[in-house]
Amino acid sequence: MTATLKERAATLAALPVEFLFRALETPLAFVQRLVGVRGMPWVFLLPNLAFFGIFVVIPLFINFAFSLTGGTALYPSDRVYAGTEQYAFLFDCENFADPITCREDRFWKGIYNTAVFIFFQVSFLVLFSLVTALVLNMKIRARGFFRAVFFFPVLLSPVVVALIWKWILLRDGLLNAFLVSLGLDKILFFVSPEWAMFWAIFVSIWAHMGFYTLILLAGLQAIPPDLYEAAEVDGTSRERVFFRITLPLLWPNLLVVIVLALIKGVQIFDEVFVLTGGGPGTATQFIVQYIYNTAFTQQVQNFGLAAAASVVLGTVLFVLTLTQLAVTRKRDNG
Amino acid sequence: MAEAGTLRPGLKGLLTARRGRGGKRHWTDWFAYLYLLLGVVLMFGPVVWLTLSSFKTPAGLVEFPPTMLPLGQIAVEVEGHDKPLPLYRVTMEDGTTRELAQIRRIGIISQMVDPAAPGETLKVPIAQREPVREFRMAWENYRDPLERFDFVKYFWNSVIVTAVATIITLLINSMAAYALSIYEFRGRNAIMLLVIGTLMIPITVILVPVYLVVTQLNMVNTLWAVILPGAATPTGVFLLRQYMLTIPRDLIDAARMDKASEWSIYWRVVMPLAMPAIAVLAIFSVMWRWNEFLWPLIVLNRSEVYTLQVGLNAFQGELDVQWHYILAMTVVTLIPVVLVFAFLQRFITTGIANAGMK
Repeated sequence: MTATLKERAATLAALPVEFLFRALETPLAFVQRLVGVRGMPWVFLLPNLAFFGIFVVIPLFINFAFSLTGGTALYPSDRVYAGTEQYAFLFDCENFADPITCREDRFWKGIYNTAVFIFFQVSFLVLFSLVTALVLNMKIRARGFFRAVFFFPVLLSPVVVALIWKWILLRDGLLNAFLVSLGLDKILFFVSPEWAMFWAIFVSIWAHMGFYTLILLAGLQAIPPDLYEAAEVDGTSRERVFFRITLPLLWPNLLVVIVLALIKGVQIFDEVFVLTGGGPGTATQFIVQYIYNTAFTQQVQNFGLAAAASVVLGTVLFVLTLTQLAVTRKRDNG
Repeated sequence: MAEAGTLRPGLKGLLTARRGRGGKRHWTDWFAYLYLLLGVVLMFGPVVWLTLSSFKTPAGLVEFPPTMLPLGQIAVEVEGHDKPLPLYRVTMEDGTTRELAQIRRIGIISQMVDPAAPGETLKVPIAQREPVREFRMAWENYRDPLERFDFVKYFWNSVIVTAVATIITLLINSMAAYALSIYEFRGRNAIMLLVIGTLMIPITVILVPVYLVVTQLNMVNTLWAVILPGAATPTGVFLLRQYMLTIPRDLIDAARMDKASEWSIYWRVVMPLAMPAIAVLAIFSVMWRWNEFLWPLIVLNRSEVYTLQVGLNAFQGELDVQWHYILAMTVVTLIPVVLVFAFLQRFITTGIANAGMK
């Protein structure tokens, strides 16, 4: 990247902000006279903390409160206290492994689907990201181009990703044309639950692989080159080099990638919602879609139940994020 | 590899630089290029297919098997007819083929005329004719939705959301990062903990209560409902703070000596120095906002406030799916992202590699 382009981009991004800065100079000089230099950090923090407070911290508490109430009203004052009723309803299951035996089978179907999804999605996502990163780290021509090829889907919106693939997978789409040309029958991908799940997994890997590849590639490039040179001088085979040098040194990064992919995978919604709509039936309905449907698309909007389900989801994410922090810290401290 | 190493022990550097060139090709070399080739097809192919398809007419789109390129039937001016007539390639009784223009079709018989000899009319069974086509792009797929539907409105809504949200994010995040990096004050660690804490709470976990807050603030079905809730990104604060910590303290002390106010130190001294990090955050904020889907889907229920993503989804969910318009509008939605990527790829990739954010 040339310096001029860098500068131009930066100036462009800063232009509207700069106008604001000038306008705020006098009022903030006045504020500084009031609170003194020692009070200024709080002044600088105030807007950001206000946003955090209003849109994250307070909602978090309201969420708990909601999950303990029943009824269909949105305003907490109109809702009736229900204790742990919502949780009891969610967890009323004869056999947790079989969603049909649960009173709220849609919730458990969502959990079950999400579990299947992340098991396959995360394993293959990590596998393909690793292979891609290894290939891109080799001495290949036009590396920048190939890196861009694998990376660009990351920037596409989930709606665009889903529509691109939906168009290919339709009954008269490109893939079926290919199958017919091979002498096979057309497959109705969105009518079969297994195929729908397969494509949900495939498309989400296609869309997100580049992100994890980049992290792993950065990790690969941080491995000291003299280790490889020494191995080469010793005539060590490439397979051995991979298992004895690359993999152990990349392992901390690989762990970070796995946990990050898990965190994203648990929250899967956008692409699959546009691609399959959760169908056929509930075959690709995940936890987030369950929450969304329960709270916002049903005739009777069940905010309490949705809140309880989000508390469950939040707990899972909390545990995963703590793991992520621990793993990242371990990686960065060596 | 070992042979090459013993042959030219002094050329260690050269050998590592062009591994495999001198000796036998390792299987991983073949695998690498095969993998990359497959990657190009699998990653680029779908987008190329989308773009090609978006220029096809509705008739061209339902064709099976589909044609590679968008095609249109050639029409020719024939003497004695007001309108141009569609051209067909006809297999005649004697096995020869002629290019004829169709005047009209009656049942399974087509009345045709030779453009070269317009006097004579021929009757041909329709099974024996095939349209003569040329490469033609159906620009009306792009023009119509922009003129007749609300897509321009959706586009502008998306632009407004992206621009306003990014400005707010940059402003409040950089202010917070400045406070957390330049000052030593009581409670700083507690605030940092809060920032990291909010990192753990994605919007998917608090959909219902944030919807309540937005309703209370009377913002449902306004663009503010999309802009404000995500404005204070913990990732942004974190990224900017890490960068600002590297700014030399002497600069700030010198500015204080000159009696600069804290606000001017922030925006005249620290902000310009933090520009690389600000640029990364700006790019990411633009990406996040342009692509955001779930939250706008919840708070925008009226079509005049739809963003592009929500509008596109509503469009594809209709009973009578008009794929020729959907494909074209998907390409329109994609263009800004492709432009940003083409020009700022380096920023984005280093941003991800350094901060691990998305």
